[in-house]
Amino acid sequence: MSGAPGRAERLVPWLVFAGLAAAPFIGFGEGHALTLLARAMIFGMAAVALMLLVGGAGLVSLGHAAMLGMGAYAVVVLDHAGIVEAWIVFPAGILAGAVFALVTGAVAIRTSGVHFIMITLAFGQMAFFTTSSLAIYGGDDGYTLFGRTEVLGARWLEDRLVFHFVCLGLLAGCWALVEALLGSRFGRVLRATRDNETRARALGFEPWPYRLAAYVIAGAIGGLAGVLLANATEFVAPAYLAWQRSGDLLFMVILGGLAGPHGALVGALAFVLVEEWLSHLWQHWRLIFGPLLILCVFFLRGGIVGLLRRG
Amino acid sequence: MWTPGRRSAACPRASDAPIVARRDAARDRPGFSVNTTLLLVQVLNGLQLGVLLFLIAAGLTLVFGVMDFINLAHGVQYMLGAYLGAALAAATGSFWLALLLALPAALAFGLLLEFLVFRHLYERDHLSQVLATFGVILFLNEGVKVVFGTAPMQMPLPAGLTGGVPIMEGLLYPTYRIAILAAGLGTAGLLWFLVERTRAGMLVRAGAANAPMLDALGVNVRGLFLLVFGFGAMLAGFAGVMAAPILSVEPGMGDNLLILAFVVIVIGGIGSVRGAFIAALLVGLVETVGRGLLPDVLRLFLDASSARQAGAALASMLVYIVMAAILAFRPAGLFPVRR
Repeated sequence: MSGAPGRAERLVPWLVFAGLAAAPFIGFGEGHALTLLARAMIFGMAAVALMLLVGGAGLVSLGHAAMLGMGAYAVVVLDHAGIVEAWIVFPAGILAGAVFALVTGAVAIRTSGVHFIMITLAFGQMAFFTTSSLAIYGGDDGYTLFGRTEVLGARWLEDRLVFHFVCLGLLAGCWALVEALLGSRFGRVLRATRDNETRARALGFEPWPYRLAAYVIAGAIGGLAGVLLANATEFVAPAYLAWQRSGDLLFMVILGGLAGPHGALVGALAFVLVEEWLSHLWQHWRLIFGPLLILCVFFLRGGIVGLLRRG
Repeated sequence: MWTPGRRSAACPRASDAPIVARRDAARDRPGFSVNTTLLLVQVLNGLQLGVLLFLIAAGLTLVFGVMDFINLAHGVQYMLGAYLGAALAAATGSFWLALLLALPAALAFGLLLEFLVFRHLYERDHLSQVLATFGVILFLNEGVKVVFGTAPMQMPLPAGLTGGVPIMEGLLYPTYRIAILAAGLGTAGLLWFLVERTRAGMLVRAGAANAPMLDALGVNVRGLFLLVFGFGAMLAGFAGVMAAPILSVEPGMGDNLLILAFVVIVIGGIGSVRGAFIAALLVGLVETVGRGLLPDVLRLFLDASSARQAGAALASMLVYIVMAAILAFRPAGLFPVRR
């Protein structure tokens, strides 16, 4: 969070993207590995968006999974209506996330600190219970899509390799967007209101339009990630919106480090891969994962990318 | 990643409401409809959920108020209480013995967690506290699966509180649920006395209003906090034991109630026991009565099946709508602690 990133740290996102691009060709090309990587990239996208809120604006949202859920359920609603065209589905998902963020953000931004955590949690729970009660879309049991989204009638996304690179491209795009936003005047105002709201006000910057804009952008990226998540699993359930999922996303951001959006990238990859590895190791892997999380909070204060600074 | 436990497990509501003998009070007494009877039962159930919520929220709000510490793991104290109660009841064969043993066990466990994890977090920001205590939830939810198995456990009703009490003509309400209500209100009264009328309580209130000042005046705030923390853990454990006979005891049962308890302390004003009490009853009533009545109310405007669907959705959301509305107008809650 402090100081400019060093040279080694600047390389991190490019190494991550290069690694992900090369992965299918260096032994991670079979179905399960690609599914896992797609999952990591999708959560990476959501984590990068959450990083804009937590790291950029100091807004700790415990309801970010709802944004993904909005995108995913936009896919479901359109799928149910027989619409699977990407040029409709993707904008609809993004819009769903953004509109949800706009409506809930308008109320949530009025509060700060713990109250913000709690009110975002409350809105997340509202979304969760709404989707649970949508009987035509499966209610609690979820909804299995007829198929993946089509691009101009072609079923490109069915191909694992194509889907891998679509996810990678969009992840890189989201990262670049958040990186650019944080570096811009907009990002500097956000950080100013985070660090000292009174002083920012005195300088003539009313915080809430900036915060709300950041919240809506994070919601839009979350919606996009939700569309991809629905496509990756071809199944959508209210569990995607559970508050524990929001907790997971927060952990990804912190695990990677709040130094910049590349921290969220690293955090999401590390989270999904460690979770996968542990769950294969032992049925009760959460007995390891929970303490691991606690230890990370105790000792890994700058996150994984923070290690690069001291080392 | 896991899915949240079934909601019904955490929140008593109309569907698992007591067996009520609805022997057509309406027919015998004109002008007194079945709906009134149902409403009465739902109000009682709502109050009962309210007192359980209060037992959990009281510890949470004081810990939060005094130490500015968010403890997401407070809900697992409730779960542990229920598990300890169920296991001890199975081992000893007596509800009362189990209750007597479960309380110190819950207290000891709370203090152990404080020693191992929480005390390293007081100086940290809220985000770190949320994450680390989230880790504790993951660990303990899995831990009870390993120790007690994944199947829900049952705890028998205590001897002597098994039957029903006729509270109205043709309406039997289970004695045990009335006992919960009485025990909860009794504990609330005791807590009021401790907080408002004793020296330790005065220090706790002072700590919630301004902890650094209290520290500067020479009071051992850490020690005071340990007291509050242990007491809060025990209250949550007590709520767990009380709820065990009427709910299924299962992993994750604390999570949903924890969220409701947070709603309670945010509505009530963080650090305020009085606020927590009123907000807990409000949330309990809104949650239970809304669930029972909303589908009927919506049937006035919609056809039966959409009314049922929309009513269920709206009822689940009602608590959160109330909270969002209250926060929108009073961002510090109903009874903010003056600083």
